[in-house]
Amino acid sequence: MRALAHISDIIIPMLIFFIVGYGYVTKVKVYESFLDGAKDGLRIVLEIVPTLIGLMVAVGMLRASGFFEMLGRVLGPLTERVGLPAQLTPLLIVKMFSSSAATGLVLDIFKNAGPDSYAGMLTSILMSCTETVFYTMSVYFLAARVTKTRYTLTGALLATLAGTVASILLAARMV
Amino acid sequence: MLNAIWAGMILLAVIFAACTGRMSEVTNAALDSAGEAISLCITMAGVVALWMGLMEIAKRAGLVKKMTQGISPFLSFMFPGIPKDHPAREYIATNIIANVLGLGWACTPAGLKAMEELAKLEKERGRMDSSRASNEMCNFLILNISSLQLIPVNMIAYRSQYGSVNPTAVIAPAIVATLISTLAAVLFCKYKDAMGKGSR
Repeated sequence: MRALAHISDIIIPMLIFFIVGYGYVTKVKVYESFLDGAKDGLRIVLEIVPTLIGLMVAVGMLRASGFFEMLGRVLGPLTERVGLPAQLTPLLIVKMFSSSAATGLVLDIFKNAGPDSYAGMLTSILMSCTETVFYTMSVYFLAARVTKTRYTLTGALLATLAGTVASILLAARMV
Repeated sequence: MLNAIWAGMILLAVIFAACTGRMSEVTNAALDSAGEAISLCITMAGVVALWMGLMEIAKRAGLVKKMTQGISPFLSFMFPGIPKDHPAREYIATNIIANVLGLGWACTPAGLKAMEELAKLEKERGRMDSSRASNEMCNFLILNISSLQLIPVNMIAYRSQYGSVNPTAVIAPAIVATLISTLAAVLFCKYKDAMGKGSR
């Protein structure tokens, strides 16, 4: 654990050191290149600002309305039968839209059930093996100015489902 | 698709709030979230600009080309339609490598550039309807959403913060689960590619 935390501490400075050092040694105009790239980066962020506002407002409103809690209460008894504790159902749904909102729910579960409980272990694995489906789709497709997303959603949901089933099977063996 | 989802979320939130009497909470959430989005963008703008600047150095120094060659067989397998020398390949390679290493802050900029380049590629191919996702775009996104990160650094940190006896116990099952979700994604994409060949 210590070693791992240490690696994640040093990886970014090392990466920056390596890129700048390598560029300088190979006689690239490092500073000018940096400025060009940074300018391009700012342009990209500027283009996704409206998407982020739209998406975060929708998620925020839906969360405040109590919809996710209701969903957890209604679906909870059903999902518990397939090994998914009731408090994880809202997490599964929220995670498709926003990773920061999902993190809030994860910390809730860790606090109430403990990270080493079945629910805690399952949460840990689940969060590690899938991404925010709708967030990623809307931000990336906006960059390409695409509105007809074809089979992306089906594939993304299929991958998420595979990850979820795998997590349930694995978590049961861990605790 | 996104239109329906977005409208559905907003309408549902208001209707639900009307039923549960949480209208004022929803009002606050709407305003707060909009502000939150802007502060997120400000943070992100700095990070993305920093990373894209570094990437530009790496690109001009030939580092990106080397990385791309490293995972070239995988790229050719997943994206057979992208020409070998197309810039989209480099951005996809950067995004995948950053993803696997868990450099979350580095994935999105490269991913967005990859999407832009894929859109250009579609134009070069002479497709008229630029609002339609190409197979490469779909495959790239599905692969991304299937999660490629091997070591869930964030989860380990949260687990230890909440007193787990063994925070890193999650690593092995997380790798297995990630491989399974990614495998499902790859199989689905290859299936769709094979289906699409006949219709073109």
